Amino acid sequence: MSVRIRVNGVEKTLDVDPEMPLLWALRDVLGLTGTKYGCGQALCGACAVHLDGQVVRACVTPVRRADGHSVTTIEGLAPDGSHPLQRAWVELGVPQCGFCQAGQIMTAAALLKAKPKPSDDEIDQSMAGNLCRCGAYPRIRAAIRKAAGMPEGER
Amino acid sequence: MSQDVVRVTRRSFLVGLNLSLAGLALGLPALADEPSGRAGPGPRAAAPEDGPGLHPNPFVHVAPDGMVTIVCHRSEMGQGVRSSIPVLIADELGADMARVVVRQADGDKKYGDQNTDGSSSIRKFYDDLRYVGATARTMLVAAAAAKWKVKPETCEARGNAVVHPPTKRSLGFGELAEAAAKLPVPNRENVKLRPRSELLRVNSPSLPLLDGPAYVTGQAVYGADVKLPDMLIAVIARPPVVGGKVARYDASRALKIPGVKRVVEMPAAQRPYGFQPWGGIAVLAENTWAAMRGRAALDITWDPGDNVVYDSSTYREKLLASVREPGTPYRNVGDVDAAFAKAARVVEAEYTVPHLAQMPMEPPVAIARFAGGRCEVWAPTQHPQAARAQVAKTLGIGEDAVAVHVTLLGGGFGRKSKADFSAEAAFLAREAGVPVRVQWTREDDIHHCYYNAVNAQRIRAGLDANGKVIAWHHRTAFPPIGSIFTETDKPGLNDLQQGVLDLALDVPNVRAEGCKADAHVRIGWYRSVYNIFHAFGIGSLIDEIAHARGADPRDVWLEIIGPPRTMSLQDLGIEKLANYGEKLEKHPVDAGRLRRVIERVTASANWSGRKKDGRGYGLAAHRSFVTYTAVVLAVVPDERNKVRVDEAWICMDAGSVVNQDRARAQMEGSVVMGISNAFLGGITMKGGATEQSNFRDARIARIGEVPRKIHVDLVPSDGPPCGVGEPGVPPVGPALANAVFALTGKRIREVPILRGLFA
Repeated sequence: MSVRIRVNGVEKTLDVDPEMPLLWALRDVLGLTGTKYGCGQALCGACAVHLDGQVVRACVTPVRRADGHSVTTIEGLAPDGSHPLQRAWVELGVPQCGFCQAGQIMTAAALLKAKPKPSDDEIDQSMAGNLCRCGAYPRIRAAIRKAAGMPEGER
Repeated sequence: MSQDVVRVTRRSFLVGLNLSLAGLALGLPALADEPSGRAGPGPRAAAPEDGPGLHPNPFVHVAPDGMVTIVCHRSEMGQGVRSSIPVLIADELGADMARVVVRQADGDKKYGDQNTDGSSSIRKFYDDLRYVGATARTMLVAAAAAKWKVKPETCEARGNAVVHPPTKRSLGFGELAEAAAKLPVPNRENVKLRPRSELLRVNSPSLPLLDGPAYVTGQAVYGADVKLPDMLIAVIARPPVVGGKVARYDASRALKIPGVKRVVEMPAAQRPYGFQPWGGIAVLAENTWAAMRGRAALDITWDPGDNVVYDSSTYREKLLASVREPGTPYRNVGDVDAAFAKAARVVEAEYTVPHLAQMPMEPPVAIARFAGGRCEVWAPTQHPQAARAQVAKTLGIGEDAVAVHVTLLGGGFGRKSKADFSAEAAFLAREAGVPVRVQWTREDDIHHCYYNAVNAQRIRAGLDANGKVIAWHHRTAFPPIGSIFTETDKPGLNDLQQGVLDLALDVPNVRAEGCKADAHVRIGWYRSVYNIFHAFGIGSLIDEIAHARGADPRDVWLEIIGPPRTMSLQDLGIEKLANYGEKLEKHPVDAGRLRRVIERVTASANWSGRKKDGRGYGLAAHRSFVTYTAVVLAVVPDERNKVRVDEAWICMDAGSVVNQDRARAQMEGSVVMGISNAFLGGITMKGGATEQSNFRDARIARIGEVPRKIHVDLVPSDGPPCGVGEPGVPPVGPALANAVFALTGKRIREVPILRGLFA
């Protein structure tokens, strides 16, 4: 079966098992490796992407669910990589190993779209599904605040 | 398909961020010969050091166009080594970071020790790396001086050029490179290091994160991102019990799954296990999904072997029984038995800490290609030389026929020091005749881990009538890492260096013993290793002594450590101290430094005023990797978990620091990981198999479970550099247990603390 998806603004036709998780379609078939595998069970958020603007866990989303829809990955978040979150992430030195950060940023981007000035509690709530083993959480929170044009807060 | 995906190019991104292109180039391993798509490192460009220019050692190359290539020989796993080592070399050289390209070294003995472990990248290589840069500088200066017919001492190297201030002449490094290359490489004694004040970027507060832009755009290349033509993906069913093997299997259902190409039986590992592949049944498929489905469809009967008896709850009792009996004494001062006989009071307790699994966000993965008797491996490895050696051993070929390329690591924490996953990929690539990526799932990572040792301790302190500690008796039992290499069933002298033998005690009678503990799983390094449980036991007991006396824990910590002094082996009561490979003259056991981090952290946390804000405060301190760290945590009641860490203060004396911001990030991360370890951590076995399987039951802290404020205090120092990556972790656990006691009155001596709160 072929699946048609608009990926980062470009129409793609994939000839894959419709049950294949979107994660593996992105990584193995389309070569978009910015989206990461961390758990395969929607527990860690490393694979977070946008499906029609909503955050989904690509590791448990069958590719058929994206048929006829639009997917945005970290590679397509900003045409020149200068999304306010990406800038804040670099300026505040958020990443340690960096592996989870694509998922963190995609989740935070959806949060800021829905809530341009989130409170710390709202940040914690929205980001609760994104694990970071290096423990960059305080800087993640600060960078979201910075990208939102709010004071970074003490950390 | 219409057209290729829109790609963020590096240049457009860097322009967007207004950062230098050259200074931030990724320096991917220059790989073999074929195009590899976006994910893989690009087609091989000739390594710059193969071209003309100055190349006095394997670490530095100055090209005739002035571009400076610096090799990072240590693996980047989040500690920021790629943002640190090149800066140190460039500062010594006088290079302009905008003209520096960083290349990641392959596994090769010519770089010296590449085992990125033990918090040693800066600690062990600080001087060597400075000489690497200074040697190139000396040669460039000599070339310029010869050209100008002036004395080299009158020249300076800065801004990627050699200048002669008296005559205001200047020649760029590029212009000098070929002339310098014709000069003999000077011996170390003829190379002068710069005075510390001339290292312009070292220890500046905010060095740029070299790979930052790549990390945030999805362009950074980790293990699984390497793609080779015709590559198959392998997912392996490994024996659930260590030492087990396949009794029989049926792969017919697996082979029917579309995309599955082959099923390969892998030989069972033999004792001692070392870094061997684990054995089992591998399913090779066109994509990861098919390989996973194929594995799920395998029908395997396992022969579990002897370790089927391993059960964590009974093993804990066994370890406790072990520390209730005498072990091998390694530390002896005075007469402990006589001192206890006359003690007015004894405070004693038993502490247990379960296995922990590193669980880096990127599970183990490796790619290999075997052709013409040679094997090439790409892996997120902390230890590329060990990977090279194990691959050679597994394939029965010489190390010269093996190349190991190091990708970025999505976390390591000790797991990726082991070469098992690299060797699996190599074995399967040879079997399959095409390149293979071995992909570990999260379940594989948790089930087939080299766990941190499980531990029990019994610590007794004898107090005189005034409450002063006059006797200290410490017993610890844990299966040591050595058990993966040789038959051993108890920790040795070198294992007890981690917090037991190097503990500064102002106590006249001390004994420390290592007690029996047999290994039933593979034991391995885990960020800060045995220090985790030793700091937990010691830091908890000191707090218990304080409360037994009704004294301020801070005062008791300082009293037990005693006055500022360095301690000899005789003072410590030990024959020798491994001291993390450092000489005691350079890195003594320094009670003064341990005191100072306690004094500083308690001042930052307003420890004396702590009773007023309704939070529970806990303090602990620890020496590890020759660094001194102290932590204060403030906890508050929490609806879901009963207790939550609200604020943290961490003070570290790590000697000279190269990259302050990365050192701070390591401290922040240490607090988070320390909370995960002590509050949530714990891997348990039943019937020899791991009970947990994913982040659902092998919990690590989420954003709302860690303090919003983590205050980091780096002690300013010109001393020799000490460890940074690991020493932040050990004091966090006991500080948390002590804070929980302060808030709730509940003394929890068993990790995970969360379970104790609900017990």
